Amino acid sequence: MGRYVLRRVLHMVPVLLGTTFAIYAMMWWLPADPLAGRCGGRVCPDSYVARMTEAYHLDDPLPVQYARYMLDLVTGDFGTTFSGAPVADELLQRFPVTLQLAGLAVVVEIVIGIIAGVLAGRRPGGFVDNLVLVSTLAVLAVPVFVLALTAQSVFGVQLGWFPVTSDGGFGSLILPAVVLGAVPLAFVARMMRATLIENLTADHVRTALAKGASERRAVLVHGVRNSLIPVATLAAADFGALVAGSVVVETVFNIDGVGGLLVRSVRDGEIGIVTTAVTLLVLLFLAVNLMADMLYPILDPRIRHA
Amino acid sequence: MRSPESMRSRRSGAGGGEALQVPARGRAGLRIRRGLWGPGGTGDRGGAGDRGGAGDRGGARVWMRLRRRPAFWIGCGLLVLLVLVAIVPGLFTGRDPAYCDLALSRRGPGDDAVFGYNLQGCDVYARTIYGARASVLVGVFATAAVVVIGGLIGTAAGYAGGRLDSVLSRLTDVFFGIPLLLGALVALVAFPSDESTPGWQTTAKVVLALGILGWTTVARIARAAAIQVRHIDYVVVAQAMGGGHLQVIRRHVLPSVLPPVLAWSTMAVGGFIAVEATLSFIGIGLQPPVISWGVEISEAQAYLRQSPHMLIVPSAALSLTVFAFMTLGETLRAALDPRTPHLNDHVK
Repeated sequence: MGRYVLRRVLHMVPVLLGTTFAIYAMMWWLPADPLAGRCGGRVCPDSYVARMTEAYHLDDPLPVQYARYMLDLVTGDFGTTFSGAPVADELLQRFPVTLQLAGLAVVVEIVIGIIAGVLAGRRPGGFVDNLVLVSTLAVLAVPVFVLALTAQSVFGVQLGWFPVTSDGGFGSLILPAVVLGAVPLAFVARMMRATLIENLTADHVRTALAKGASERRAVLVHGVRNSLIPVATLAAADFGALVAGSVVVETVFNIDGVGGLLVRSVRDGEIGIVTTAVTLLVLLFLAVNLMADMLYPILDPRIRHA
Repeated sequence: MRSPESMRSRRSGAGGGEALQVPARGRAGLRIRRGLWGPGGTGDRGGAGDRGGAGDRGGARVWMRLRRRPAFWIGCGLLVLLVLVAIVPGLFTGRDPAYCDLALSRRGPGDDAVFGYNLQGCDVYARTIYGARASVLVGVFATAAVVVIGGLIGTAAGYAGGRLDSVLSRLTDVFFGIPLLLGALVALVAFPSDESTPGWQTTAKVVLALGILGWTTVARIARAAAIQVRHIDYVVVAQAMGGGHLQVIRRHVLPSVLPPVLAWSTMAVGGFIAVEATLSFIGIGLQPPVISWGVEISEAQAYLRQSPHMLIVPSAALSLTVFAFMTLGETLRAALDPRTPHLNDHVK
């Protein structure tokens, strides 16, 4: 297990460096002049350009800039925004809320998704199966911001069951989390259904039934457990979409999290915050995928020897 | 539970077991069977002798499967309607979407405008009709870009194997690590558009951003399909008979790579349209003067309580469009590979 973990982590290092480098390069190197537009409609004064070039090391070659940025990031120095505020403060204030929201959404996604998938896959073609298939397709077709706006107006404004906007408390995160988890939930349910149907035709399930195991036991113990690996893979791969979706959901529900900050920074051209926020979100995404990889040996003991 | 269909596909148990032992993410979900035409089909035996005409018979079989599905016809109908609206919006409304009268701002549905007016006093119905073009353009062009980039990289990686494969696969992993929406957001911040940017430039930027960041799933599908056929007799024979790699790929590998890629890309058009709308909603995708559903919805958001009609009409059009492509792609994929209804990670 230890070697396996080590290999996975080593495997991730080049991906991690490549991904963060791509983001850094897009923000700071691709635009001919990252300082353009910082001074209203006019050309920036030379003193300002000189100061900013110095502060952000814009004269260095790109790899040096990037290495410096990553080293600073690792040592906890997130730099300052164009207006002088420390980026770390802005982000640390907001990360807990976003993590809560994402965590809650993942719980919604996994729990409801797997239950719906199992209920549907147990009797392919049955009423529950069709219900799950149609409703998940409907959820998948509605973009997340439309879903968020609709949920807000129906459950928040008209029915009054949930707060319309967030006050930062846990209760006000429930509706946003359900909206955020809805799309990955649909994927998980469909994947769970498909894999379960495939697994229930396997020899070991038939043998279990022949030896007198109840259908319930055959499905839950022999079918579901074996179906969890593709589901975990999908859920982890889809976590990126969930993180990106949090940007939209936070905007709609006015949650003061990383996503909301990101959108505001995008509008204000604060590329320092955008770079760091996106980099951290991508790191989170990669970490979740690593965690899913770690989970495989637990779900399927055969993998331990791989 | 014991239908003939399920009994016939018992071999899948072994196949599933094999896949379980591959811990790398993405692999298990992207298994693409060599037997494209399903269990017992010609492709399943896959010998060199079977090749002649297998495509035709397979194609007919897929068509048979598709024809029987109502979802396929629903998807087709919506798609034809959508394309018609995108090409000749004038057929569906006599109104000018750019003609706005502030005096009519946010007026609800009435006699002269079925769906009312928006904040600027423009006809909501006309703007929704004319908004279809931008969405369809972005969806189709982004998908085309993604299929070309991802198809080339994936096929090359899968066919060549070895070092080229590991380099290209790492590259795919790197891009896969950037969630599409976040990546597109970053790319579009780097190249901002405003109201003075010509419409085609704004659209091209969104297409480019989506194309450059969204190709990873196609690459993985194409790579998996290319690996499946790489060592099969007819490919080896074609190489042994002196076929150049390009010719072997074109004549013998691509026919296996294209069907799963096409099925995925049909779904992807819907996904890209949704991402474009989301970007426009955030305010960095399409910008006025381009008429787009995302921009309309974004504008209507603040008046959700007082004037819901401004939001509902473009939202419904958007959802229906995404639904059409998803349904069509889903039925296509199911028809090509009837035994495993995997729904892949579409566009992130």
